[in-house]
Amino acid sequence: MAVLDILKYPDEVLKQISEPVESFDNELLAFLADLEETMRAGPGGVGIAAAQVGNFRRIAIVDVSAKPKIKHNGCMILINPEIKTWDGMKIGREGCMSVPDYTGNVIRAEKITLQACNAKGELCDYECEGYEARAVQHELDHLDGMLFLDRLVSRRTDLFKRKKYK
Amino acid sequence: MSEWKMLTLVGQDKPGIVAKITTALFDAGAKLGEASMMRLGGNFTIMLMVKSDQSIDQLDQSIDSVVKAMSLTSSFQNIEASLHQHEIPDTRITVYGADRPGIVSKATTHLLDAGFNILDLESDVAGSEAEPIYIMHIEGIAAHGSDALEKAVEQIKTNGVNVDMTPIDVMIG
Repeated sequence: MAVLDILKYPDEVLKQISEPVESFDNELLAFLADLEETMRAGPGGVGIAAAQVGNFRRIAIVDVSAKPKIKHNGCMILINPEIKTWDGMKIGREGCMSVPDYTGNVIRAEKITLQACNAKGELCDYECEGYEARAVQHELDHLDGMLFLDRLVSRRTDLFKRKKYK
Repeated sequence: MSEWKMLTLVGQDKPGIVAKITTALFDAGAKLGEASMMRLGGNFTIMLMVKSDQSIDQLDQSIDSVVKAMSLTSSFQNIEASLHQHEIPDTRITVYGADRPGIVSKATTHLLDAGFNILDLESDVAGSEAEPIYIMHIEGIAAHGSDALEKAVEQIKTNGVNVDMTPIDVMIG
């Protein structure tokens, strides 16, 4: 296993769109192990996408189980993931290992359902909410060449308006 | 001594202030750092980090024609500063209520006593002239933990002032 180098913006390859995984083999398992180790090596890293290490396959790992008092699915290996439903909206603060020294507010769906293959290629269904749903949406964006910088909302306007109309 | 200066600039809001000031600074070879710019009470205000080996007099000179033409007031001062020093806030506090003197003083004094360090504060007076409301957003770090802060929040909540405290749980992905 190895901790891989994280690509950092403004490296333009982070904007590349990732391709679906086709073969579920030993090479994939080895890469998943490295990717997970890289995620855990990051400060507070609760998710990672393959694109962040320059591997443009549709793979993400999310594990928010270390956070106290939240609902989670444990360590999710998400291969060829697809979000099926979105529900609710919430502003939250995000940062990214590929964008050091910056955090910003992003609107994400509060609850999502998704389908993804696991490491063996079996299709799995997940329901995620809150912090975990945010992490999944952040990582899946990487697979489409999107960074949270592409979704920033103004600090000044949005927060209070949402409260008022809740 | 760092090469950073802080430019403070204010004037009646009109289109072109940012473009003209930053172009004058660029033409003078200065580099820009972090900034906060916003419209407050019909004025446009700028707080802008400027990096330059020129003196304050020279920098004043470089924006002088824009400042005069647009009727602005500006001043540079030497600051000890560097980039990549962001602190991540852990708590957001919203205070709002019927506007009256003392809201900010009382709220921020209680927050200070609870060990709260303000990183960012924005406030607006909204509503109508007859019935103004005051709205303040604060982000900061609860150095003494959230229990102390919750007590402070209860103390601020008097005379119809609403206070809402939300943890900022930063997701790093």
